Amino acid sequence: MSAAQQESEADSKTSAALLEVDDLEVRFPVHGAGFLRRVVGHVHAVSGVSLRLAEQETLGVVGESGCGKSTTGRAILQLVQATSGSVRYRGEELTTMSSSDLQRVRREAGIVFQDPYASLNPKLPVNDIIAEPLKVHRRWRDGGPERVAELLRMVGLSPEHGNRYPHEFSGGQRQRVGIARALALEPKLLVLDEPVSALDVSVQAGVVNLLEELQERLGLSYVFIAHDLSVVRHISDRVAVMYLGRVVETGTREDVYERASHPYTQALLSAAPWADPRQERTRERIVLTGDVPSPVNPPSGCRFRTRCWKAQDLCSEQVPELTDRGKGHPVACHFPD
Amino acid sequence: MTQSSNTPPHTEAAPEQAPTGGSSATDSTGETHTAETHTRDQAPTEEEVLRVEDLSVEFPTDDGRVKAVRNVSYSLREREVLSIVGESGSGKSVSSMAVMGLLPRSARISGRILYRGQDLLAMRQKELRSLRGRKISMIFQDPMTALNPVHTVGDQLAEAVLAHSLVPPAKARERAREMLDLVGIPQAAQRLRSYPHEFSGGMRQRVMIAMAIINDPDVIIADEPTTALDVTVQAQILEKLLEVKDAVNAAILLITHDLGVVAGLAHRVLVMYAGTPVEVGGTEDVFYRTRMPYTAGLLGSIPSMTSDHGEPLRPIRGTPPSLIDMPRGCPFSPRCPLADDTCRSVEPVLLPTDDQENEHLAACHHWERLAAADDPTAFFRNGGQY
Repeated sequence: MSAAQQESEADSKTSAALLEVDDLEVRFPVHGAGFLRRVVGHVHAVSGVSLRLAEQETLGVVGESGCGKSTTGRAILQLVQATSGSVRYRGEELTTMSSSDLQRVRREAGIVFQDPYASLNPKLPVNDIIAEPLKVHRRWRDGGPERVAELLRMVGLSPEHGNRYPHEFSGGQRQRVGIARALALEPKLLVLDEPVSALDVSVQAGVVNLLEELQERLGLSYVFIAHDLSVVRHISDRVAVMYLGRVVETGTREDVYERASHPYTQALLSAAPWADPRQERTRERIVLTGDVPSPVNPPSGCRFRTRCWKAQDLCSEQVPELTDRGKGHPVACHFPD
Repeated sequence: MTQSSNTPPHTEAAPEQAPTGGSSATDSTGETHTAETHTRDQAPTEEEVLRVEDLSVEFPTDDGRVKAVRNVSYSLREREVLSIVGESGSGKSVSSMAVMGLLPRSARISGRILYRGQDLLAMRQKELRSLRGRKISMIFQDPMTALNPVHTVGDQLAEAVLAHSLVPPAKARERAREMLDLVGIPQAAQRLRSYPHEFSGGMRQRVMIAMAIINDPDVIIADEPTTALDVTVQAQILEKLLEVKDAVNAAILLITHDLGVVAGLAHRVLVMYAGTPVEVGGTEDVFYRTRMPYTAGLLGSIPSMTSDHGEPLRPIRGTPPSLIDMPRGCPFSPRCPLADDTCRSVEPVLLPTDDQENEHLAACHHWERLAAADDPTAFFRNGGQY
């Protein structure tokens, strides 16, 4: 039995998790160039990821490009098919659920995408964009228009602007429209996939504040996927750090940011620039060599070993399990701090 | 499990010093910190290599004239890193493209751009071409579009040498290999034969840096050099940039939106808003003794990596003005918590603030109120309704 499973049993006894992800695996086939387009390999996008999210909690999922954080978010909502593993929402298994049951769950679980330019239909006025989920889920008849106006107000936009088109709004306002649409069906869970990374910093702060207010007012739970460490630190209760398809470290915000124990987490934190000249020039910095290896052919054993300064023979032979060493702060490393 | 005794190979204790260098300075809390020698990079010299005076750029469009850049002035000394910071549409890229002579013909450019005393705007194309890519070079944000996909990296680097000097091709290639070595690309001799797509993002950006320094430039314009990269790779590239700057004694004009990158790299900072500079000064002055509300608003918008949780961020309300139809008075006044009638009618000019010695300039009628505040970002608390 893996440590993650042990942990999950301990967890389910103590607090009812809203969302439980266990051993999630997502692989995409890679096709050859020939006429038959034979499958020549797989992109190991997500490999054995386990996550827990409690009610009204924010779980930050952080990592660099290609680490599988977005794929994880999409696999949670069944927007990409998981190769194996389980995703349970309020105890119900989603990976094997029929599409009609899934539609019921999707009322409770929404998503906000990164790019507010690409995720809103440019041909629809904002009112119709927000009304769409209400119509699809047959909620339009009882007070649809009022609900749309209420949603616009909720995200800090004026209902009079509802008949404008997306291009008439700034980036921050568009992202607010995306949030309003995600909130239309009164969800309990939102997967936020890089919701602020396309925005300028002064606008980004407003959207982060809005997300925090809405969480408090509506009792929402968030899976907050981002590469920006400072934003994740600000908004998350718990954090999972991903590298090349695996969770390498997870714990409370303090565990991960103040007591980082996996070498990759340490390197990531030390590489993130701080907007503080004195700190920035005096703190110790770990500069990793090399780049992230290809997920088509990930390194054997620990996937971080090719860039790790602690790597030994053991690291290439054995995959380090995510192991909790009695502190509620599991780390997948053979030689953690 | 026993702790392994290995230590990170590249850990470096960065020096405790402001890059502005020189004498001791007093910060807002009144404590004095003395400057020590900076080992991460070398301090700038007094030699001025680039001076921009009153640069303005306008683009005629069907809707009216877009005033992309208004009255930008700065000077750049040898080995200095001057950072131009601003959000999208602030004119930071356009002003640097003007220096490189890369703006479209429709652009109306005025002012002076002096490279070692010669005005680039008054120069003939031929003269400009001999400077561009040699004495003034550029690193772009996206190396995939800046490099030619159908030529090997070696050919492209050698071409950059051959375009400016009469050397045998073999020598140019040798120079290309040296440069790849210098920017930290392993097996440089073999990699000369690779095409851009065979490199990773970080390695491509190293190739861009190699190309920028291959002709021993005086000025490197780096336009968002690490924005497309992941943080662990960004850290490598920034380190490399500082290293090559000292290797070739160049000055860097660093254009970025990331205040974290500025904090780590820049000696001086120029903050732009709506096409015009609103605060200019030494990096520590601008970050710790902020004298322009917009800068304070930017700093307050960034989540801290150290402070306690709980307090909401302090965003700037509203959005930047249209560059076609600028508001009267200070362009920041519609979003500024300190704005009053003066601000809404008279545009403030960039003037020296309390810190005369370090040339800390701000374009604000109320910089004294920021000087008097303990924490200037506090003005932006609760959406500016403090």
